[in-house]
Amino acid sequence: MDLSTTYLGLKLKNPLVPSSSPLSRSLDNLRRMEDAGAAAVVLYSLFEEQITLESELLDQYLTHGTESYAEALSYFPNAPEYQTGPDSYLEHVRRAKEALDIPIIGSLNGVSTGGWINYARKIEQAGADALELNVYYLPTDVNLGSAAVEQIYLDILHDVKTAVSIPVAIKLNPYFSAMANMARRLSDAGADGLVLFNRFYQPDLDPVNLEIVPHLVLSNSHELRLPLRWIAILYGRISADLALTTGVHTVQDVVKGVMAGASATMMASELLQRGVGRLGEILADLRRWLEEYEYDSLAQMKGSLSQINCAEPAAFERANYMRVLSSFSVREVYN
Amino acid sequence: MTKRFMTLDGNEACALVAHKINEVIAIYPITPSSAMGEWADQYSAEGKTNIWGAVPLVIEMQSEGGAAGSVHGALQAGALTTTFTASQGLLLMIPNMYKIAGELTSTVFHIAARSLATQALSIFGDHSDVMAARSTGFAQLFANSVQEITDFALIATAATLEARVPFLHIFDGFRSSHEVNKAELLDDDVLRAMISDELVRAHRARALTPDKPVIRGTAQNPDVYFQGRESANPFYLATPGIVQKTMDRFAALTGRQYHLFDYVGAPDAERVIVIMGSGAEATHETVDYLTARGEKVGLLKVRLYRPFAVEAFLQALPASVRAIAVLDRTKEPGAAGEPLYQDVVTAVAEGLANQTASFATMPKIIGGRYGLSSKEFTPAMIKAVFDELGKEKPKNHFTVGINDDVTFTSLAYDESFIIEPDDVVRAVFYGLGADGTVGANKNSIKIIGEDTDNYAQAYFVYDSKKSGSVTVSHLRFGPRPIRSTYQVNSANFIGVHQFNFVEKFDVLRLAAPGATLLLNSPYGPDEVWDYLPRSMQQTIIDKKLKFYVLDGYEVARKTGMGRRINTIMQTGFFALSGVLPPDEAIAAIKHTIEKTYGNRGERVVQMNNAAVDAARDHLFEVKVPAEATSTFERSLTLPAHAPEFVKSVTARIIEGLGDLLPVSAMPVDGTYPVGTTKWEKRNITTEIPVWDPDVCIQCGKCALVCPHGVIREKIYDAALLHNAPPTFKSTEARFKEFKGMQFTLQIAPEDCTGCSLCVEVCPAKNKQQPKFKAINMAPQLPLRESERQNWEFFLSLPNVDRTQLPLGQVKFNQLLEPLFEFSGACAGCGETPYLKLLSQLFGDRALIANATGCSSIYGGNLPTTPWTVNEEGRGPAWSNSLFEDNAEFGLGMRVALDQRLETATHLLRQMDDLIDEELCEAILYADQVTEADIRAQRGRVAELKHRLRELIARGDLDTAVVRTLENLLSVADVFVKKNVWIVGGDGWAYDIGYGGLDHVLASGRNVNVLVLDTEVYSNTGGQMSKATPRGAVAKFAAAGKPIAKKDLGMLAVSYGNVYVARVAFGANDAQTVRAFLEAEAYDGPSLIIAYSHCIAHGYDLKFGLEQQKAAVESAYWPLFRYNPDLLAEGKNPFQLDSRAPKLPLDQYMYREGRFRMLTQSHPERAAKLLELAQADVQTRWQRYEELAAKVPGGNGKGD
Repeated sequence: MDLSTTYLGLKLKNPLVPSSSPLSRSLDNLRRMEDAGAAAVVLYSLFEEQITLESELLDQYLTHGTESYAEALSYFPNAPEYQTGPDSYLEHVRRAKEALDIPIIGSLNGVSTGGWINYARKIEQAGADALELNVYYLPTDVNLGSAAVEQIYLDILHDVKTAVSIPVAIKLNPYFSAMANMARRLSDAGADGLVLFNRFYQPDLDPVNLEIVPHLVLSNSHELRLPLRWIAILYGRISADLALTTGVHTVQDVVKGVMAGASATMMASELLQRGVGRLGEILADLRRWLEEYEYDSLAQMKGSLSQINCAEPAAFERANYMRVLSSFSVREVYN
Repeated sequence: MTKRFMTLDGNEACALVAHKINEVIAIYPITPSSAMGEWADQYSAEGKTNIWGAVPLVIEMQSEGGAAGSVHGALQAGALTTTFTASQGLLLMIPNMYKIAGELTSTVFHIAARSLATQALSIFGDHSDVMAARSTGFAQLFANSVQEITDFALIATAATLEARVPFLHIFDGFRSSHEVNKAELLDDDVLRAMISDELVRAHRARALTPDKPVIRGTAQNPDVYFQGRESANPFYLATPGIVQKTMDRFAALTGRQYHLFDYVGAPDAERVIVIMGSGAEATHETVDYLTARGEKVGLLKVRLYRPFAVEAFLQALPASVRAIAVLDRTKEPGAAGEPLYQDVVTAVAEGLANQTASFATMPKIIGGRYGLSSKEFTPAMIKAVFDELGKEKPKNHFTVGINDDVTFTSLAYDESFIIEPDDVVRAVFYGLGADGTVGANKNSIKIIGEDTDNYAQAYFVYDSKKSGSVTVSHLRFGPRPIRSTYQVNSANFIGVHQFNFVEKFDVLRLAAPGATLLLNSPYGPDEVWDYLPRSMQQTIIDKKLKFYVLDGYEVARKTGMGRRINTIMQTGFFALSGVLPPDEAIAAIKHTIEKTYGNRGERVVQMNNAAVDAARDHLFEVKVPAEATSTFERSLTLPAHAPEFVKSVTARIIEGLGDLLPVSAMPVDGTYPVGTTKWEKRNITTEIPVWDPDVCIQCGKCALVCPHGVIREKIYDAALLHNAPPTFKSTEARFKEFKGMQFTLQIAPEDCTGCSLCVEVCPAKNKQQPKFKAINMAPQLPLRESERQNWEFFLSLPNVDRTQLPLGQVKFNQLLEPLFEFSGACAGCGETPYLKLLSQLFGDRALIANATGCSSIYGGNLPTTPWTVNEEGRGPAWSNSLFEDNAEFGLGMRVALDQRLETATHLLRQMDDLIDEELCEAILYADQVTEADIRAQRGRVAELKHRLRELIARGDLDTAVVRTLENLLSVADVFVKKNVWIVGGDGWAYDIGYGGLDHVLASGRNVNVLVLDTEVYSNTGGQMSKATPRGAVAKFAAAGKPIAKKDLGMLAVSYGNVYVARVAFGANDAQTVRAFLEAEAYDGPSLIIAYSHCIAHGYDLKFGLEQQKAAVESAYWPLFRYNPDLLAEGKNPFQLDSRAPKLPLDQYMYREGRFRMLTQSHPERAAKLLELAQADVQTRWQRYEELAAKVPGGNGKGD
């Protein structure tokens, strides 16, 4: 069974790609992913903010309390070298490339223009086959309009595309007022792929201690529908490849994603919960599914239920909402 | 060969050479020599090799005694071995030094000479330590400057290999060890040429080896010991010649010629000063100045002091000499004269007797003391000595540099005699430790020394506070080598890096006429004038100063530098001093930034560079008005009710004018009044906590955790509020025991350090705006005046009666008045809350033996002490003996008290019928368990004393009876329970004092030991101790400590009769309080090991309490109490007070720099050590659980 697909110009042997997660910090995990059948892997993100913070923290450790008191002019030995910059990440990319045969996709979260460009170049030089821009940006500034926010994405993409020659995907959040238009503009600006969608961790409130608490909830299959809809809408309308991330847990999720038009279906929560080996199970399931429903290849189903190919294009639009509403009582929906 | 210059301090200069020509280095940290060991360790960690291609092995020992023992052993096994030490450290080495010298073993000990602890400890420089070692048989070679340190480190080593006599290579602590100066480095070729391989092989050939066994270190009897002692004479006789020959060889290689004695001055000098150490440099400079003006004066620098080469000494003196002043930087009380003086007198007398002197008549010889504890030694003082020599009857056994108005030894000197040459730039900078001024100045002087042809010098003065400390930097640069081994006393550049200094200090005292003043000012050039005190304005006008402002904090804020204004003000200095063209200066600063901060990541470099660029645009000249217009003055006014001693002595030291105090002002035996920090009012924080009575639940936690004792609580009658200041806050007391009364939580606004631990611990939140708690930080300045009044009023309210309080609960015991307040410890210190608690619970009856370390510094470093008294005048009696002996010192206090009680009991029994049998019985058999018991006993003893006085006054009693009554009166106070607390850090308890501690615990005596465990030598800058945990980075453990922390608690538990507790107040304050109360109640030795978060852990200490919680929750620091009294009740004495680990260890460790740094420097090793540390935690937890589960009496779990 031919499960192959093409994503970012890379020939993938199947659509299963572990998305950026802490799992990829370990070379052993990466090897296990490949062994389980992953077609490519997106590494955890290099956070410029983290690098900056580490550098500032180290400076604080080495500076705090020094040159103040005659008996203790410093409190720590001064090592000649510290890994404060991107070096450990880049080394990881290099080692991953050496250890694995599948494509390695680097992931970058920048802050400054210089940071995006500089680190993108370095990730390319370290041997990554492609780069995913993890634009984890929450526009909380009440003075910042949507046009300006959209321009930030376009500028970052432009800067990075100018700096590197490997394919570049951009991971988006779903909160654009004109999602489709934004996707097209990014595609036109040279994005080789769009990764839909980034999942923001939603903080929780602790009503007893009156605190805001970080709350990490892993995704589930229900969350698939948001990216599924937008991939279905965008498929065939923009030139960038589409990758689906968030909510991929089962073979049905993979199949739905491909049918909506995804070139790659990415997963992290499922692997975090059930181990890297789960990828192998889903891959086997996928093969069985295609055989059971008598598909010749994965390519045959790609985009089959996208908006342009499906029988009910309007189902992806407003009517869909209305119908869902009508199937519940108003009370149930709003409770 | 190209000359290689470097601008470096004496310690680094010495370590550079010593590391190259040794194989084993065994050390122990002690100021001011610690840095040499640290440098050596760093070189070895970096893989730097000695001249034979091997990386020297650097080992940190548990004490200097231990270091000396290892050195001795390494030498006996044939390694080229050295050590670095000072002061008490050298004294601890003396026993081994006799052995090493007696066995004619080649070695050099490098000494940053320092004062000895006498009437007081002092970390500063003089020759007291090396003079105490002069009979050990070690040769003594004195280096006077950074260049000479470089050179003599080599010459001493080369000479010892040939002479076989071991050497002390000595230079002055701080003045030379910490002075930064430009020196020519020694190439490896020079080192190789000087260190003879043949002699190294001979040294090795003398090593002990089973391949050719000998016995060394025998015991000898009266028949031969004496002869054996004399057998080494030829070696000592040959040593001076060998040293001179070595100096000559060195001169041939480097061009720098030294002699055993170097004479400087007029060839026909009549008046000559003989001196050794850094003072010789200032004398050299002064002699040059005076001879250029025709004075017939000279200087003889003593290089090789031991063996004292009489002939060479005599030959070096000019034949014209008529009068000699011998200057000793030490004091030998009761001697006929100080050591060098005696040697000179003897040498001259012998020379005349033997007719080997170049002069025929006996010159006048006088001896004098100078420069003890780094006291300044200036040309003015040197001139005074020469002037004295010119007198008919010069004063002998004089002092210079002080005003001795008691025994009138001191020479008067003219302070205005200043010889700073015009072509030398002299700059003085006033900064805070925290603002980075010193670091920037170190970089500046390196730039000037290494990027220009100038010679350069820098010296830094620090106060003795660990928070809000003030630094003064003294920089000089000019066209000639700088010999001015004293602080700048006429500056043509003054940098004031903190605006509020203009109100506190006379920052222009050292300004030369026409000098440049650069002030870090939040006020611009047009408005700053109005914010200066009037006298400062007048000085600016009178001295015609060029005045500039730079808003350093604005630039720092804009560029993300926070409170660090170092590179910003540095840029201002370079722009104004003109030492380099502007662009070159900027490039040089940025180059240094890259060198200094490059390894910390791009971000830090970028930030500093941005600050440099921005600084130039914020530098403005101030147009100085013609007249002073301010209506305010600098203020350091003490209230009228301050004690006389505080007004006349303490206040002057606080003002920085301690040098002016005469001898008569000083207590004769080192005894000082307590309770003096309260007069300092340091105002070092910009924010203080503010209490919200509506939100407060009155739990006492903020008061408990406050490291500085600035948060106080009182409960009082509402009627007392009638004359309260308008902003004084009060609310109904939420205590059922105090119904209807008022409660106030008050902050001492001027004593707070702004650490905000109180806010972090506060459990009560404002329900409308949970960002506010019951205590919140707010700017200090707008609150200062009103809160000062509130504080005064608060103090006037009565304290709660302590006998009414259940002291086991924090809510209640925090109503007790602390007798430890406002210390100079680091803001957020993790040690001081324990001491404060101790003082609250038992301070009125405690004797405290305090080991040297942080707690002895913030506890007892002049000018002030935080230990204070209650309204009855009772409080902790505190003393620091040494570092190594503290447990024994405390035990001595205990046995003295016990013995006094025996005596008093005996006397009371003798006189009970005369006094009142019932009263005497009540005194002898009183329970003294509760506060009420103790108060009752105090009443009985007061009554006893009253009756004794009456009886003594009666006049009809037999003399022998009266004498007995008088004796009883003198000891009667001992009937009230006293307890002894032995306090110190982990360096003391785990390392240097462990043997003594072990013995004291085994004595069974009733002492309480409190170990403030910061897991590192905090006071000397973070060296590893045996309390340092596995995986932590510390000095001498740069790659993370590989071995787990010693379980001191379990070692003590193994005795069975020692009360042991491990506590962490930030994790469980109730358990801490319980442990303190139980330890005091236990009639035997007690040991409390107290987790103390510390600046050396590498994180913002406001998170100290969170870290304590994490330490306990991860079982990194399990809490337990082992109470032998429980055995008698049939219970398990071991009670585990914390729960099974619920936090992975990394979540505790990696929030602290000391652990996290290793993940950045050695990531793989960090991972491995974390794994092992996690296993340590689990294994120990299992062991503790098993102990807690043991019979008798249930599972032993604490409640």
